[in-house]
Amino acid sequence: MSGIPVELGLLLSLVLFVLGLIGVLVRRNLIMILMSLEVMLNATGLAFIVAGSRWGQADGQIMFLLILTLAAAEVGVGLGLALQIFHRFQTLDADSVNEMRG
Amino acid sequence: MLGLLGWVPLIPLMGFLILVMAGDQLSRLIISWVGAGSVAVSALLATLIGFEFLDGDMQPYRHIVGSWMTIDDLSVPFGFYLDALSMTMLFVVTGVGFLIHVYSAGFMEDDPGYARFFAYMNLFVSAMLVLVLADNLVLLYLGWEGVGLGSYLLIGFWYDEPNNGYAARKAFVMTRIGDTAMALGLFLLFTQLHTLDIQSLLSLASSQWAPGAVLPVASAALLLGGAVGKSAQLPLQTWLPDAMAGPTPVSALIHAATMVTAGVYLIARTHPLFLLAPTVQLAVAVIGALTLLVAGCSALVQTDIKRILAYSTISQIGYMFLALGVGAWSAAIFHLLTHAFFKALLFLAAGSVISCFHHEHNIFKMGGLRKAMPLTFWSFMIGSAALAALPLTSGYYSKHEILLAAFDASPVLWAVGLLGALITGIYSFRLIFVVFFGAQSQTVEKKPGWLMSVPLLLLAGLALFGGMLQIPLNSVFPVLIDQGNDHTFNLVSVITVASPIIGLLIAVLFYLTGTFSAQRLSDGGLAGTLRQFFLSGWGMDALYETLLVRPFITLSTMNKNDVVDGLYVGVAWLVRGLHRMASATQTGRVRWYGASMVFGAVFIIAIGLLS
Repeated sequence: MSGIPVELGLLLSLVLFVLGLIGVLVRRNLIMILMSLEVMLNATGLAFIVAGSRWGQADGQIMFLLILTLAAAEVGVGLGLALQIFHRFQTLDADSVNEMRG
Repeated sequence: MLGLLGWVPLIPLMGFLILVMAGDQLSRLIISWVGAGSVAVSALLATLIGFEFLDGDMQPYRHIVGSWMTIDDLSVPFGFYLDALSMTMLFVVTGVGFLIHVYSAGFMEDDPGYARFFAYMNLFVSAMLVLVLADNLVLLYLGWEGVGLGSYLLIGFWYDEPNNGYAARKAFVMTRIGDTAMALGLFLLFTQLHTLDIQSLLSLASSQWAPGAVLPVASAALLLGGAVGKSAQLPLQTWLPDAMAGPTPVSALIHAATMVTAGVYLIARTHPLFLLAPTVQLAVAVIGALTLLVAGCSALVQTDIKRILAYSTISQIGYMFLALGVGAWSAAIFHLLTHAFFKALLFLAAGSVISCFHHEHNIFKMGGLRKAMPLTFWSFMIGSAALAALPLTSGYYSKHEILLAAFDASPVLWAVGLLGALITGIYSFRLIFVVFFGAQSQTVEKKPGWLMSVPLLLLAGLALFGGMLQIPLNSVFPVLIDQGNDHTFNLVSVITVASPIIGLLIAVLFYLTGTFSAQRLSDGGLAGTLRQFFLSGWGMDALYETLLVRPFITLSTMNKNDVVDGLYVGVAWLVRGLHRMASATQTGRVRWYGASMVFGAVFIIAIGLLS
């Protein structure tokens, strides 16, 4: 059970999280942004799993299930919004949908 | 009947309200009936009350109309006080007021502002009645400001002419200077004596204050300030000649018969206070004496018929102040009464002349009106005779009494009054000779109707015989200490009688027979300058213009954008700037928001880790 050291697991989770974050900040396509968000969520999920296995507790896996459902709901809403935006603006570019500015 | 006292001021007020609310819908006939009728009803009530009052040994009567407020054991009553003094004023205000209202119905018949005119007049009469009947100095002050408002509205009645509005504002501001002094006087009296009820205030003052002490002198001086402003005495007299911008009946009612004499009434009403302050009382006499000379000289050279009468009003009120100052209280009120008759008569007669001449005011453009307007001519004769105090007219009795009382007090004051009487004789008959004698210059097109003639006749009767109408004021005023001088046939009395007659003769020589020419006299260097000086009212208008009006206008131009306001404008400017900065961060770019959140989160976590 203790084949992989916890530091490596957390490092992988950190790398995934930063990759997802970079994707969110750099990508302009809404679909790509949603996908990057998924990567970030899974990175946090991985961190929970690693921590749970480190201390031998089930809480980490329970939290992962919670994050999984959350991610599913988020993708549902996010794709719905993306669809509406495409209907209205004929584009999925996040920067050109900036009408709500002060 | 005495219980109806509260209705006397209320009925003109109701007339005012009706005319204000429905004046546009009513026909001219109904307007004049409401306007003059309300004053007629209150005159009738005043007469009935007067008869009962005179029958009842003239016991002072207090009528509580209601109360301003009643909270627990605190009650602020609203009451009227009737004694011989307020009774006299009541007769003057309602009686003369009624005649002038009837006259106005004829005088103003072609004016588009008919309802507005009568509404203002009723408001004025109502306020004046509150002033004379008030049992409390605060209520008196309410009436005092009310007549000031009425005066302002009526001077500026023909408001399309900017000069009339200026005259109205000038009158309002000038009297307000005096009113401020009077308000300060009321505050002082209240903080010291804890009441403003006139009767208890006066008895408290007499029992608590020593004669000549600081408090009575200060409060009497402040009240005098109010009286000086309202009664157009030196140095606040310059508003009255300009107030002639209003319609002539207004000048007759407000600026001759009633409002301008309110100052005299105030001093007479609070005379125990002035008895406690001999220096202030002396000041009253000196102000009166100076004013009657200054205004008399100005009246000598005016060419506007109404300005002559305005200056003569100032001068006659000067006589009343002189009488108050020497302690001849009842003579002052008697002169107030007779002056109300003959000066109202003179103004109304002048109004007839003016309305027949298409609103021409210059007396040298009139002339020879004696044949064309006999009634007006005789009214003017009677009025001027009473004004100049020729024997057997009403003005003779009152002015004679004042001058004799002045002689007992100080021969210098008497001499000044005598000179004033001489000047009065000259200017009043100069007016008559110029307007009614000589060659007829213009034809008269419009004759005054009966509405204008009947009040003239009645007032002429009063001006002739009003001297016999003495309401005994001894119940109100202390009797003058008789110094044993019987003036009936001595030299002082003869000189006093003779001086206006000499004035009349001078006027005959200059303006009737033309033996001397005033024109040639004033052509000379010094006399011409003097004439210009008198014509401008002793240059006081110019003095106030340079001393007060100009600097004030300069200051307010500099402060046009309000220095204090700058602070608040600065606050608003700062907030708006911050708002613009905050709203600039809301770009509408989702990725920019995401980056902000990341940096914010990193920042907060860094703080949490490092601290």
